[in-house]
Amino acid sequence: MKHLTVFFIAILMAGNAIAQTIEVCTSCPISTLKSAIEKAKDFDTILVKKGNYKEHGIIVNKPLTIVGKNYPVIDGQSKGEIITITADNVTVDGLFIINVGTSYTEDYAAIRVKNSKNFTIQNLVLEKLFFGIYIEKSRDGKVFHNKIIGDAVEEYNSGNGIQLWHSKNVEIEHNFVQHVRDGIYLEFSTFCTIKNNVSSLNIRYGLHFMFSNDDTYQDNTFENNGAGVAVMFSKRIKMYNNIFKENWGTASYGMLLKEINDAEIIGNIFEDNTIGINIEGSNRITYKHNDFKNNGWAIKVRGACYTNHFFENNFLYNSFDIAYNSKVNDNVFNRNYWSNYTGYDLDKNGVGDVPYRPVKLFSYIVNRTPETIILLRSMFIDIIDFSEKVSPVFTPDNLLDKNPLTKQITW
Amino acid sequence: MVTIENLHKKFGKHQVLSGLNLTITEGGIFAVLGPNGSGKTTLIKSILGMVIPNKGNISVLGEDVKKNPDYRHKIDYLPQIANFPSNLKVKELIKMIKDLRKYTNEDERLIKLFKLEPFLDKKLGNLSGGTKQKVNLVLTFMFDSPLIILDEPTTGLDPISLIRLKDLIQTEKAKGKTILITSHIMGFVEEVSDEIVFLLEGKIYFKGTISKLKTQTNQPDFEHAIASILTDNHA
Amino acid sequence: MLKILKYSFFDLMRSRWSYVYFAFYLLLGIVLLFLNNDLSKAVITLMNVIIVLVPLIGTIFGVMYYYNSKEFTELLLAQPLKRSSIFLGQYLGVALSLSMSLILGLGIPFVFYGLFKSNAIWDFSLLLITGTFLTLIFTALAFNIALSNENKIKGFGYAILLWLLLAIIYDGAFLMTLIMFEDYPLDKLSLVGTMLNPIDLSRTLILLKLDISALLGYTGAVFKEFFGTNFGLIISFIMLTVWVILPVLRIVFKSKKKDF
Repeated sequence: MKHLTVFFIAILMAGNAIAQTIEVCTSCPISTLKSAIEKAKDFDTILVKKGNYKEHGIIVNKPLTIVGKNYPVIDGQSKGEIITITADNVTVDGLFIINVGTSYTEDYAAIRVKNSKNFTIQNLVLEKLFFGIYIEKSRDGKVFHNKIIGDAVEEYNSGNGIQLWHSKNVEIEHNFVQHVRDGIYLEFSTFCTIKNNVSSLNIRYGLHFMFSNDDTYQDNTFENNGAGVAVMFSKRIKMYNNIFKENWGTASYGMLLKEINDAEIIGNIFEDNTIGINIEGSNRITYKHNDFKNNGWAIKVRGACYTNHFFENNFLYNSFDIAYNSKVNDNVFNRNYWSNYTGYDLDKNGVGDVPYRPVKLFSYIVNRTPETIILLRSMFIDIIDFSEKVSPVFTPDNLLDKNPLTKQITW
Repeated sequence: MVTIENLHKKFGKHQVLSGLNLTITEGGIFAVLGPNGSGKTTLIKSILGMVIPNKGNISVLGEDVKKNPDYRHKIDYLPQIANFPSNLKVKELIKMIKDLRKYTNEDERLIKLFKLEPFLDKKLGNLSGGTKQKVNLVLTFMFDSPLIILDEPTTGLDPISLIRLKDLIQTEKAKGKTILITSHIMGFVEEVSDEIVFLLEGKIYFKGTISKLKTQTNQPDFEHAIASILTDNHA
Repeated sequence: MLKILKYSFFDLMRSRWSYVYFAFYLLLGIVLLFLNNDLSKAVITLMNVIIVLVPLIGTIFGVMYYYNSKEFTELLLAQPLKRSSIFLGQYLGVALSLSMSLILGLGIPFVFYGLFKSNAIWDFSLLLITGTFLTLIFTALAFNIALSNENKIKGFGYAILLWLLLAIIYDGAFLMTLIMFEDYPLDKLSLVGTMLNPIDLSRTLILLKLDISALLGYTGAVFKEFFGTNFGLIISFIMLTVWVILPVLRIVFKSKKKDF
């Protein structure tokens, strides 16, 4: 057994030592990526020079490093999937991949990683795609610094920018995804990190989790998507320091939480969204140090949400701070800053002396008859809101922040 | 000078003028008299275009008053109650009216005449009623217009100013102007007017000289003559 | 007309009330900015104040000015001036001096605070434009009331009633109507309802800036067209202009027929 291991290592090292670089260019002896892969030995590097390569169905079935120089174009001519990786230890770097075929039965991708480990996909530019980067039953990989620009118009005939399915421990960093269905989509994927990406102008979600646990996403920007981020049926997701911006429209939100338990939402900025966070059936979530700014509704709670903590957040100039459709409340609001707070602080300890009630009667009325939104900020509405504040009839009696801060919180 | 034909005016249900006809010839002083509510002020305001008649025509110097406000360049009007914007100074008011009508330097003479120099820098809101009336007189007489309309010109004036006013009226008359006056002070009317127009129930009851009125009513003096008209008609 | 405007304007500029009004806005601006230190919040508070107070002050002041300057008006009427010039001149005199007090009173503290370096400048400008429109509209409405009512007390009564009606009662009735007919498509109705009240109209204009995120949450296509594009802004401004023109036309019309 020991001998075998030594032998194996020796082979590996030898392989590395004699690894070759194979050049591909349109006028070279090897003029296609496919033939280069065929000729390459394990751990070789294939250098693709600038040019236009009309290829699709490229299968990378050995550990290779494929590097494009000055962004050679791999044109799939809309005939199907372009690159499929089936081996471990593959790196694809610096290609410009366009024209992925669209199909209603198969999810063609610009580049697919299938049952592989230790892959690196980086510096790619993908255009005219169906699915972009599709990671399937793979682990320990990296998707780094890719630019994916789709041209999706309808949800039913478009694919996702970066998709993970049954994968584990993948790092998705510094990617730039636009105009696809979901910018980044995770299904049954765990322990993944999604960091420093910009996902914008996508038809459905900037980022989408389904049945994926223990993932972290941080420092991302989600702007102008159908909806920013949808986190559904997942556990222990950490959401740190992301920016959710300008997700406008009917039932559009910065973030949607549906059946989410034990998550942490810390340090995020929700700005100019129709709804900052839309919460359904989510429990034991900590909201801390988030900025909710200029949203239509900062937080909309739609039933069955228990033991959530809202602590030290800034609620700034939202049309509505909290909308709540039940009379029972088990969530705690404490030490938040509310720009709509009108109380006073006589003992100057930075905490308002009167509790703040973030739910207004008018938000109930709007919920019932949406057209009444046009009366927002009218004096009559202020009067009925005031009377509700004095003696709550429709809003949960205990839904209040007992220690509203008088100054915006910085951290 | 002024021709009024078939003038009707109603305020709500109250008929003030009903078919009034009047011609005022050029030159001379005409006093418009009548009991309270007989329509004196309404008549004057109709001539000035401030009251819009229900029916009838008025022309001043051949111009129809309804058509163009420019005929008012030829009228100097002294309103009954002198109440001016209280924030303005006397000087500014005079300047403003000159600005609105036309330039004149007649005002300096009139200011001296009524001894208004000390008040020029005072605000109109702080002036007494008599002083305001003097300012009012200055504003009226500073333009050299052929028709002068004075509504209760004697209100609030001290005896000296009253004498000056009378002199002023006579000088203007001597220039060949037509002057229309309403007043309750019979002595004043008798003294200054050439002809009187007596209004009763919205119509001209009498028009002519004072002596003609006396003979017609068989009364020795003017005041009694007026009184007899009133008693005859209300008896 | 310009001469009358000039005199009315200067007359008012020297009146105590203009100073009070100016001082009020100056104080409001200073308190909001320097005690609060938050420009966005100040703009929102100001909006609430402007929507409610500007119409109130416009009506009361307009009626007051009209009655107070009655004798002056009569003096002017005897001059060779057109009636419409006299009344339009006075109207513009009042409306412009009120607008000036508003713009300067709020503008000065904001400029000192560093408005030009802030991105709230557009919100703030919109606020001032709306305030000016409201002043123009409500002063014109006040002149209409005063022209139609010789009785001062009655005039003031109607002025306050008008304000109450448009600032509060209208919205209450509007809300009830919307809730009562909630089963029907209401977006056209609600937009028309807004157009018919200048206070609501100005409010909508400001909502377009401050609450666009919330407004876009509603499904109706007409709403979306209205709020999602410049269409709403343009229509609102047109309607505001109509709201200025109609009462002004009535001033001209009414003043021609009136006896003094």
